[in-house]
Amino acid sequence: MSSAGYAAMAGGNSFWEKLKSWTPIFVIAPAVVASFVYVFVFSGWTMYISLSDSTLLPTYGFKGLENYASLWANRRWGVAYSNLFFFSGIFVLTTMAVGLLLALLLDQKIRAESFWRTMYMYPLAVSFIVTGTVWQWLYNPTGGIQFLVQSMGWTDFEFALTTDRKNAIWAIIITGIWQSAGFTMALFLAGLRSVDGDIIKAASIDGASTFRIYRKVILPSITPIFLAVAVVQLQSAIKTFDLAVALTNSGPGISTTFPATYVYDLMFQRGQIGEGAAAAMMILAALAVVLVPYSMYLGWRRRREVVHV
Amino acid sequence: MSDATISSAPALDLEAGRAGRRHLISRIVIYGLLTFFAIIYLMPLWVVFFNSFRPLAEISANGLIAFPQSFRLDAWPQAWSEFCIGGQCAGMQRYFWNSIMMVVPATIISTAMGAITGYVLSKWKFRGSEIVFGMMLLGVFMPGQIALLPWAFILGKIGLANSVYGLVLVHCIQGLAFTTLFCRNYFVGIPDDLVKAARIDGAGFWRIFYRIILPISPPILIVTVIWQFTGIWNEYLFGVVLNSGANQPITAALVALSMSGTTVRTYDVMSAAVLIGALPPLLVYFFGGKYFVRGLTQGAIK
Repeated sequence: MSSAGYAAMAGGNSFWEKLKSWTPIFVIAPAVVASFVYVFVFSGWTMYISLSDSTLLPTYGFKGLENYASLWANRRWGVAYSNLFFFSGIFVLTTMAVGLLLALLLDQKIRAESFWRTMYMYPLAVSFIVTGTVWQWLYNPTGGIQFLVQSMGWTDFEFALTTDRKNAIWAIIITGIWQSAGFTMALFLAGLRSVDGDIIKAASIDGASTFRIYRKVILPSITPIFLAVAVVQLQSAIKTFDLAVALTNSGPGISTTFPATYVYDLMFQRGQIGEGAAAAMMILAALAVVLVPYSMYLGWRRRREVVHV
Repeated sequence: MSDATISSAPALDLEAGRAGRRHLISRIVIYGLLTFFAIIYLMPLWVVFFNSFRPLAEISANGLIAFPQSFRLDAWPQAWSEFCIGGQCAGMQRYFWNSIMMVVPATIISTAMGAITGYVLSKWKFRGSEIVFGMMLLGVFMPGQIALLPWAFILGKIGLANSVYGLVLVHCIQGLAFTTLFCRNYFVGIPDDLVKAARIDGAGFWRIFYRIILPISPPILIVTVIWQFTGIWNEYLFGVVLNSGANQPITAALVALSMSGTTVRTYDVMSAAVLIGALPPLLVYFFGGKYFVRGLTQGAIK
């Protein structure tokens, strides 16, 4: 029943009662308006800037799709999105694989489970800036991992990712995986624990091995979680910014430019606000490409479940 | 008959032994892998922790990853109050307090607003309230880059450019989508009958909120506060774009510090500085771990 209906039921039809029935609307109005402005006005504004002739400051001369054309013609944007594809593919698959492995290990009735879990998940509490800074030291050839291995006797060992144009992206990939595999682990573990215990018991009474139970019973029943984890990881890959700044600052040269770091660069280092806004709109578009089909799929699945029940 | 029973007994034993051995091997593999990953996970923390107590000369000689051979505390007070970042030599303390001044009000306000918005959207539904909720949720996925220019413009207009209060405003509104999502999904689980009964007894909007909803909300409020606190403390993009110099939060100061590569790198002091920047969310994680994990999994799947 609507709140207005309740007021009528209470018998009050004075102005005061009517006003009272609107309390919930008044109360959330500021939050709702702020959110709407944030979501719609802000993205509309940025879209408009992306179609304008803005350079150092926002201006409102209409320029059509020129900013997009010059963005896509830019070699650096090419580096940015090919980096994004390469990074996303490896990052999503590897964090899922490592996370699933850790979750399966933790699911073997091990001792002090929460102790192990705490160790794999603490990076999630720390910023990418902190992680990136520390890993940058570890990658440092004259003090970090390369130095350590060389000083142990393997004198021609080479591990200098951050100073090598071709391989610098791997520094970001490795650190990214280190930081967020604990997250995928938590999601997979929650999924494994949500599987109906009776089905597992029935399968083990039938004499199925642990491996078989996982392959045939448990993992198939958590397929929606695989998809959810992939989507969450992919959207965080598309937003990659902090890690690339803290680890390599888009270098050496432009080799580790990402779309998000390029937006920053265009807007605040080069005074090309219009083209920067166009690049920001491309990030939004990439997120939409991932999230719109996924939320449509979720809606479809929910409706199907309702029909089945 | 009897022969068969006698001969089958040792066979059973043998089988049990084989199963036991296989069990032992699988346990060794499991704990071996867990330990392997634990070492990889702890190594960076170990490196910053010990390097903040090692003298710089020792770090230069033995590398960053080495057992400490001496112990000193000098790096910590230097990192806190003397270290130079971008020409200012007052250490991390200024940026640490900036982050505190930003994170405390932003967390409290965004959580309170999320709780009330979630309360209305779950217990005082009106026509279109589901659509309102769906549209607020879009904020969860908005990339920060989209909001940079509008925020810079608005904060400039209202006189909060380059101010910690400006960042408080930004994080309150940016966080609303998350806090509303968390609280609304929790309140949906509270039986409507409870609210209805209270209404019939004459309780109003606020009374129901204070007397019925809030007393059973601590779990979700803790999850939301932890989520907001760590998220806002660790945020970098808005901090570096909207504020500059002495008004930046600690994440931006850490980047400025590690980018200043002109002088010799003082890894001892930098390690202490990094730990100062990482400590508040780490403490929250170690003391509120359960709620932290709950927030992560809920924020992701919903």
